Amino acid sequence: MVQGITGAFGGKHAGLSIDYGTQVVAGVTPGKGGQIFEHGDVKVSIFNTVAEAAAATGASVSAIFVPPPFAADAILECVDAEIDLAVAITEGIPVKDMVRVKRAMEGRKTRLVGPNCPGLVTPGTGPDSTGGCRIGIAPGYIHKPGHVGVVSRSGTLTYEAVYQLTVKNIGQSTCVGIGGDPVNGTDHLDVIKLFNEDPETHGIILIGEIGGNAEVEAARWIKDNCTKPVAGFIAGATAPPGRRMGHAGAIVGGAEDTAEAKIKVFRECGIEVAETPSDMADALLRSAKTKGVELS
Amino acid sequence: MNIHEYQAKTLFEQYGVPVPQGAAAKSADEFAPALDSLPEGPTMVKSQIHAGGRGKGTFTNGYKGGVKFCPSKAEALAVAGEMLDNTLVTIQTGPAGRKVQTVYFTVASDIKKEYYLAVLLDRSTSWPVIVASTEGGVEIEKVAEETPEKITKVFVDPAYGLADYQVRELIFALELNKVEAKNAAKLIRNLYNCFWETDAAMIEVNPLITTPDDNVLALDAKVSFDSNALFRHPEIVALRDLNEEDPKEIEASKYDLAYIALDGNIACLVNGAGLAMSTMDIIKHYGGNPANFLDVGGGATKEKVIAAFKIILGDANVKGIFVNIFGGIMDCNVIAEGIVDAVKEVGLELPLVVRLEGNNVAAGKKTLADSGLPIVSGESMADAAQKIVKLV
Repeated sequence: MVQGITGAFGGKHAGLSIDYGTQVVAGVTPGKGGQIFEHGDVKVSIFNTVAEAAAATGASVSAIFVPPPFAADAILECVDAEIDLAVAITEGIPVKDMVRVKRAMEGRKTRLVGPNCPGLVTPGTGPDSTGGCRIGIAPGYIHKPGHVGVVSRSGTLTYEAVYQLTVKNIGQSTCVGIGGDPVNGTDHLDVIKLFNEDPETHGIILIGEIGGNAEVEAARWIKDNCTKPVAGFIAGATAPPGRRMGHAGAIVGGAEDTAEAKIKVFRECGIEVAETPSDMADALLRSAKTKGVELS
Repeated sequence: MNIHEYQAKTLFEQYGVPVPQGAAAKSADEFAPALDSLPEGPTMVKSQIHAGGRGKGTFTNGYKGGVKFCPSKAEALAVAGEMLDNTLVTIQTGPAGRKVQTVYFTVASDIKKEYYLAVLLDRSTSWPVIVASTEGGVEIEKVAEETPEKITKVFVDPAYGLADYQVRELIFALELNKVEAKNAAKLIRNLYNCFWETDAAMIEVNPLITTPDDNVLALDAKVSFDSNALFRHPEIVALRDLNEEDPKEIEASKYDLAYIALDGNIACLVNGAGLAMSTMDIIKHYGGNPANFLDVGGGATKEKVIAAFKIILGDANVKGIFVNIFGGIMDCNVIAEGIVDAVKEVGLELPLVVRLEGNNVAAGKKTLADSGLPIVSGESMADAAQKIVKLV
């Protein structure tokens, strides 16, 4: 389902997801229940509440395109309706709202990806990787079905990595943008664990940024638990301390959250570090070669 | 968003956090009325700028110290005259310094001991954390590094708020006497409420002090707010001081562009925060120096690209421009048309390297090539970065 499907942004991306092959079965806009969202030949029913939409259509995932003041509430509505996965695309949600949402989600069924993220893509086998599943705003056509998992805080850097892989004829299992905010639902480590368990994923690209220590935690776990080839990149080596670089999460505050410190930990944990953002796919190929893994 | 110390202290008073009595003055005419509102005796004069290290700072006219102790109000009046409208350089302002446009007078408190107190978000737990230390008035980073046992952290469960036992934990850690403890407990509770209710990103009190009569006061106050939450705090937005912000950054925010000025000479125009950060990194990697961070965002229109060009060219240090666009959904040709229009409008004479990739890229590259403008095309990010570094 798409929360905020009647908005320009939500509607546009609901359409692109349908074109990609995603089963979009419901829209949610309070007060517009009973209306229909039309895209080509596809007609999607709109409901007033998430619970109604889930009950009527069996939708188990929600993509959230609700404006920032109301987005935290939209996530909580998914949690209450016991939706499996909520993907919050919305940028600019107050930190305090996310602190409360994260607390409210403890012990509940719903997993949250985002907010302030491009969402996720599992490429399909059709032309331009259509026939896959696209939840969010990522460009579907740059993907290619295959066996590399990509996890990143940044949208455009994810696309950069995916595109480098696709050009080299290496496909992706799933690409997840976890978002650039300081408080988010799913972190690097959560996705790395899923990639590690996934038999379809043979190699991993981990893209991080300055700020926080989520990448460091993921790297230490990889060292102890993951035998798959892993390449890493950290953006923001040149960012001045104390300045917010677009992403609210990308701000250097302490000693351990600089690019330099994170890259050092990556190296210690056996992650092949991409020297530049142009080097992400090649770094993964180096790691795969060392580990004797053939990527496709 | 940051505010001045005098504004933060007014906010503290509203929340019941005791501060030394004070009054601000924005012009020489306001000095006398401000000082009249304070009792006779030792007075502090404090330059109001959005940067730390004021006490050890130097004015560009040679006058030393942006925060001064004065034995009398008469002396405070003279000192304020030295500070107002002069430019203060501190370790945090950079060499250009900041013009002091407000002076804050406060009663000089008798200090028994200095402490440290802060409230901020702990990213690993996603809970607010209160940080307290017996080592106040010094750099807390140094304390954390050298004597971490002297720092106490209390994590506040957002579902229940600050609990009494947690306040006691902080009080015990600060080794206060009974009267001080009672005063500090109230102050900590009120400071936390202030943090939570105003959507603050961080509140730092360094130093927090005890006085000989066992009062507890916030002697300094540094407060910043979550800019995502400003829509519900018009009272906080009213405290914004545009004098403290880079005019180019203010101009950029009008067009919904995220721009931050840096001290290099290669201007960047990029879509997406992560890509923009790594564009700066790759320039540095190949031996260049980025002049700015600029994210035009996902929905970059022709108007936005033109505005972005004007802003980056407003920086006299810029010797070359690097445009790096990965048009996922965004049409590369729209960007290309924007670049061509912008170059024609501003009459560009600097080297320009453009790397376009993504949706409708062939049309975009054709638009650039057909324009007849001396635009250098980069194949990959690395290729384009090397080209612009070489040209500059």
